[in-house]
Amino acid sequence: MSGGVDSAVAAARAAEAGHDVTGVHLALSANPQSFRTGARGCCTIEDSRDARRAADVIGIPFYVWDLAERFREDVVDDFVAEYEAGRTPNPCLRCNEKIKFAALLDKALALGFDAVCTGHYATVVIGEDGTRELHRASDMAKDQSYVLGVLDERQLAHAMFPLGDTLTTKDEIRAEAERRGLAVAKKPDSHDICFIADGDTQGFLAKRLGRAEGDIVDESGTKVGSHDGAYGFTIGQRKGLRIGRPAADGKPRYVLDISPVDNTVTVGPAAALDVVALTAVRPRWCGTAPTGPGGYTAQLRAHGGETAVTAELADGTLRVSFEEPVRGVAPGQAIVLYDGTRVVGSATIATTTRRPTAALTG
Amino acid sequence: MAYLDHAATTPMLPEAIEAMTAQFGLAGNASSLHAAGRRARRTVEEARETLAEALGARPSEVVFTSGGTEADNLAVKGLYWSRRAADPARTRVLASPVEHHAVLDAVNWLGEHEGATVEYLPVDGYGRVSPGTLREAIARDPGSVALATVMWANNEIGTILPVRELAEVAAEFGIPLHSDAVQAFGQTELDFGASGLAAMTVSGHKIGGPYGIGALLLGREYTPVPVLHGGGQERHVRSGTLDVPAIAAFSVAGRLAAERQERFAQHIGALRDELIEAVRTAVPDAVLGGDPDHRLPANAHFSFPGCEGDSLLLLLDAQGIECSTGSACTAGVAQPSHVLLATGCDPDLARGTLRFSLGHTSTREDVKAVAKAIGPAVERARSAGLS
Repeated sequence: MSGGVDSAVAAARAAEAGHDVTGVHLALSANPQSFRTGARGCCTIEDSRDARRAADVIGIPFYVWDLAERFREDVVDDFVAEYEAGRTPNPCLRCNEKIKFAALLDKALALGFDAVCTGHYATVVIGEDGTRELHRASDMAKDQSYVLGVLDERQLAHAMFPLGDTLTTKDEIRAEAERRGLAVAKKPDSHDICFIADGDTQGFLAKRLGRAEGDIVDESGTKVGSHDGAYGFTIGQRKGLRIGRPAADGKPRYVLDISPVDNTVTVGPAAALDVVALTAVRPRWCGTAPTGPGGYTAQLRAHGGETAVTAELADGTLRVSFEEPVRGVAPGQAIVLYDGTRVVGSATIATTTRRPTAALTG
Repeated sequence: MAYLDHAATTPMLPEAIEAMTAQFGLAGNASSLHAAGRRARRTVEEARETLAEALGARPSEVVFTSGGTEADNLAVKGLYWSRRAADPARTRVLASPVEHHAVLDAVNWLGEHEGATVEYLPVDGYGRVSPGTLREAIARDPGSVALATVMWANNEIGTILPVRELAEVAAEFGIPLHSDAVQAFGQTELDFGASGLAAMTVSGHKIGGPYGIGALLLGREYTPVPVLHGGGQERHVRSGTLDVPAIAAFSVAGRLAAERQERFAQHIGALRDELIEAVRTAVPDAVLGGDPDHRLPANAHFSFPGCEGDSLLLLLDAQGIECSTGSACTAGVAQPSHVLLATGCDPDLARGTLRFSLGHTSTREDVKAVAKAIGPAVERARSAGLS
């Protein structure tokens, strides 16, 4: 229970359905000192207090579990290392894979619980043979199955998403919270990365990785500007490049490539961002791994749309080609494959192939 | 349900509830001069006399406060300020490291903001401060000591400290000793007059009285600088309109706590011994915390190797057994207790603690419930490990 409205309503629904529910708030602060000594407990940390307040109203026990160390190792350090390597990670997937449905789930199972229930918008479908399938939420607009695409069958077997089958809008979830007497009903949604409270990812990275000045070059290798650290860029990024001289054709320039080895950022026109294929590693399947090449739809970022692909698994590497070129694809991001509404699995993008005119690899 | 967290708070005694509710609805500020005020004043003063008698003190030595925390703050900060005002050389504060946070944080605050030099007195493996230790600390420079503070009994591990002997040492040097006796009241004999203490803290809700009321027993020769300024209602060292219903109920609970102390120690002590035995039988490697002999009759504190205290708490709570991992103030995020660390306990072992504290409603059924649940709970918590 994060202290937000979704997990509070999810807990209330699970309890109402007759489950024996215990609320758990994860203490994940990257700076556990502020959590521990400042408040000597959770009592004055606002989100934790909101979660506790909701649990009390629902009438379930509530505990704060300190997984800050695991979170730092598995999520925060990984996040920083990925940026340092020129990639663009998604820490929410990582947290679901390593913390919520691993460290937390394992502890819960050991203590005798059956499942981890969260406020994610996604659906678990139980097949006739008992196998679990992860599907998009009933309402595509709220679907969060992308960030759960890293869960394997065992993790899914112990997952519950009580909000997944609602066709109600967020306003109606808030109304339901209000009806249930949950004070978090009006609490604003959180969109930012939870461990970067002020939303300043660049500042966060700069503090950890330090300044590392380097060149910004165009596709021909000509220097067009400089930067304070290649890690501060994301492929497809347009703003904040601080390039004084306009491009020859006068068109806006985008980050095409980040090379941590020579600390260089390459920029170029939007057309050069078009990706026709990619390879992805560390595949995780929600069920059995697909055999042979197949047609799927793919999602490439948390709030992205769907795109048709052909995918094939070979030697642990997923090879994906797009029917139509896509833009803004960065190594480090997760690609999640769908078969209709069913999540097939996910993998971490390793390399991309640009349209032949400007073939580049990341 | 087995409520075994009486050291956190214990249900009000029926007699105290009766005394309290009898006051609700009556008009009269105890500071007013009219008839209603005089009636309130009489209630307060009779309560003061009752409480003084229960604690071996003079009525004028009872200063009502809003609870244990305020009384501790008044004693520690107030005595520090008044002693230093009388002699600027007095800036040393001697304290045991196993104090409740109400004392510990007040002492540390003096160190951070008021120029105090805080010295923690070493304790043994049971959390006891020896008179020799106190003597040595004072003797290093007696003229620089503002005050010393050592609790009567520890709230987590239940150890009773040798307060009378410590007070003797302090008295030799003319140094005021304060003692937080919140946990000791009703469980072991308290005689403020005979103790030699300068000040002693007691609280209402730990003895079957109401929340929000406590007292500082304060020797007549001491005038601490107030923490709360205002109307000066209590000997000009504590201000605030007196809470007549709470004071009336507190005095009834205090009288009963003193009257029933011996029987409580025997009866509850026997139940507590059964509980310790049951836990040891179910979990042979459980480590009993605190002094095995000099301990509160209602306290049983254990460390369970390889367990997270939080996990045990959760598992027992799910079966209707309510206890604590230690001081309630450290609950929330698991961290080893300062008390256990001060006694030299291994930090990993200190994470797997449970405190069972019995009280006036405890029964053999409660003990049986623990005996039945603790073995499987420890086994399960061990498999969940230390996160």
